[in-house]
Amino acid sequence: MPLLEARGLTKIFGTLRACDHIDLKIGRGEIHALLGENGAGKSTLVKMLFGALEPTEGSILWKGEQVAVSSPREARRIGIGMVFQHFCLFDALTASENILVSLDDPAPAGAVTARARDISKAYGLPVDPNAHVGDLSVGERQRIEIIRCLLQNPELIILDEPTSVLTPQEADRLFEALEKLKEEGRSILYISHRLEEVKRICDRATVLRQGKVVSECDPRKETASSLARMMVGNEVQPVVRDKPAVQSEALLEVRDLDRKAGHPFAVALSGINLSVRAGEILGVAGVAGNGQGELFEAVSGEALQERADQVRIRGKDAGRRDISERRLMGAAFVPEERLGHAAAPAMTLSQNLLLSRYRTDARAFLNRLGMIRNSLIAHAAQRVSSAMDVRKGVEDPEASALSGGNLQKFVIGRELDRQPLVMVVNQPTWGVDAGAAARIRQALIDLAKSGSAVLVISQDLDELFEICDAIAVMHGGRLSAPIPIGDATYEKIGLLMGGAEPGHAAVSQAEAV
Amino acid sequence: MFEAILITIATAATPLLLASMGELVVERSGVLNLGVEGMMIMGAVTGFGVAAMTGSAWLGVFAAAIVGTLFSLLFGFLTLTLVTNQVATGLSLTLLGLGLSSMIGESFVGRAGVRLGALDIPYLTEIPYIGRLIFGQDPLCYISLLLTAGVSWFLFRTRAGLTLRSVGDNHSSAHALGIPVIRIRYLAVMFGGACAGLAGAYLSLVYVPQWVENMTAGRGWIALALVVFASWRPWRVLAGAYLFGAVTIGQLHAQALGYGIPPQLLSSLPYLATIIVLVLISRNRRLTMMNTPASLGRPFVPDR
Repeated sequence: MPLLEARGLTKIFGTLRACDHIDLKIGRGEIHALLGENGAGKSTLVKMLFGALEPTEGSILWKGEQVAVSSPREARRIGIGMVFQHFCLFDALTASENILVSLDDPAPAGAVTARARDISKAYGLPVDPNAHVGDLSVGERQRIEIIRCLLQNPELIILDEPTSVLTPQEADRLFEALEKLKEEGRSILYISHRLEEVKRICDRATVLRQGKVVSECDPRKETASSLARMMVGNEVQPVVRDKPAVQSEALLEVRDLDRKAGHPFAVALSGINLSVRAGEILGVAGVAGNGQGELFEAVSGEALQERADQVRIRGKDAGRRDISERRLMGAAFVPEERLGHAAAPAMTLSQNLLLSRYRTDARAFLNRLGMIRNSLIAHAAQRVSSAMDVRKGVEDPEASALSGGNLQKFVIGRELDRQPLVMVVNQPTWGVDAGAAARIRQALIDLAKSGSAVLVISQDLDELFEICDAIAVMHGGRLSAPIPIGDATYEKIGLLMGGAEPGHAAVSQAEAV
Repeated sequence: MFEAILITIATAATPLLLASMGELVVERSGVLNLGVEGMMIMGAVTGFGVAAMTGSAWLGVFAAAIVGTLFSLLFGFLTLTLVTNQVATGLSLTLLGLGLSSMIGESFVGRAGVRLGALDIPYLTEIPYIGRLIFGQDPLCYISLLLTAGVSWFLFRTRAGLTLRSVGDNHSSAHALGIPVIRIRYLAVMFGGACAGLAGAYLSLVYVPQWVENMTAGRGWIALALVVFASWRPWRVLAGAYLFGAVTIGQLHAQALGYGIPPQLLSSLPYLATIIVLVLISRNRRLTMMNTPASLGRPFVPDR
């Protein structure tokens, strides 16, 4: 008898069938993978299992008996724990307060902290109980989530994309903890789109596509590409990369950049140097929250520098110029947040196109009186959409109506449409499905091939290895010397992400550059 | 003389302290209720009316708290259940309160009120110098001090307080953990309403035992500012309220002595002084950020 069984679970939002008659069986002491693209219904499914959403139809059996999981509290009571992808933590509370607030039994604070400490030791999950969560790294935050979940002594633990924010070494440590939990007879539902990982640690896999179960298999007997095919439904176009013709001329330079932390949760930058040459793609790796956002703000001109020569674009000082002026110098920028930063959610695609380009393309989009030429921006938006294969329901939808992947294709295409000589992108494919991600990466490679300098800031190491000519690593507001892709290994990059001092290889490389 | 001044300072500070302490709890839960002024003035007119009609000041106090709660429930229903904009709703609540209280209180104008007497403990109150100061204040003054201690203890020492702070910090996380966000916010809003009602009753039953139209005179707004500038910490609110009280009384005496300073300037002094001091206290941005309820004023719609 399986520990948990879902029968015909269905959730309908308006007209969208997020989950459509899903059957799922999780055995005892098994690590069960739940695979699927973004929007395949994984999150909706686990939210129903955890009682955060109410199923429209279908039933859940727990140890063979039908149960109504009416709330997360109820789920915890019967023995289901969950570690969320977007952590359910409170920045202003301390680690131990975060643990305390989630518990249903009114045990005294001292006893809970002691139990948390035991769990933290037993599973190798160190956390400072008095630290405010806002000050902690993503890896530490995840440990709090896991400890919080284990305190309830759950028989089934749901992990939603647990490794997407971890360094390879941190992920290894997590896998060790998971193995320990499995040995104790607990079951784990493991949601991920990292197929190698799934093959490595999971015993069974259920693959979802467009809200339906398309396959149940043993991931160890599958290949990564056969799993990907099940998820996507067809072959993912591999990214093609020729030997790049990197030229000597540096188009984007950052020199001795220092920046104080603007607010208590921000990271200060210190001594950052980088240069990206024509035809080159430089990657900046690092665990989220190590200063990547601050670096992007400094390079894009959202934050100005103290000295003009700290940021140079096409050989000219740009440190004191704002975003529009830097754009006029031939640069283009795509920030991390699609909705609210790169695009205004309630405005249409064509209006969003104008927002980022009304200065650089004023002559094309505005008439002599400064009035907007609507037909021209609509036409340009259409051009961007077809170039990047943006799928949309209506001609000119609001930005918020697009799925994440399609909007990301649009905001990147909007900048590419100008053929920028310098392109800076932060997290180009974060939360984007495989097909769209491949499209975006190919576009960045093509741009570099045409002689532009591209700076890609990303947490996704696979992505950086796929497209970059060299990778530098950010940690604690400092940037390592770039490591040419030929010398870079996951281990080397992973160690730098974890804060290790750059070894010989990186240092000698710095001298060569 | 000096003793009398000190006693009146407490009288000027107490209504602010009561209203701010309620609003502090409301804002800690993530709700911004700008209707404090409106709830206060409704408390004032109710307190005066009920006390005058029954002859019992305590009944007036009690009724004021109930009316304040009812008024805040209206706000809660609009902003929490119907998810209207909190700022706009709070402002309308103030306007509604001011208008409604003028209408209800029309016949009260000029009528003699009932005063809530000060405490009088034999022997203790008669101790020279400090007796009246420590043992001879009105009961609501002591209640407001106990309230400060109680709120501080509740917020930072109890599980329920932790839950309330978590809702104010991140309502989505709280919801995902199964914490009843809306219910907790309703309770916080009602507490805020009751406190504002009490503060109003204090004005019309202790401060000046009569009914004057618009007698809150912006104290609800000062209470709101106090909460923010005190970084949502109860003891700082207390300090701010007593500072305001001290400068209010001080400038009254200065006006009486007549130093040739324009009275308008002197009257604005308490507001200026309080805000300047609290701005200086809240300079520590880290502390302020740790204490600012991150969900403050953001609407919450659970997805189910």
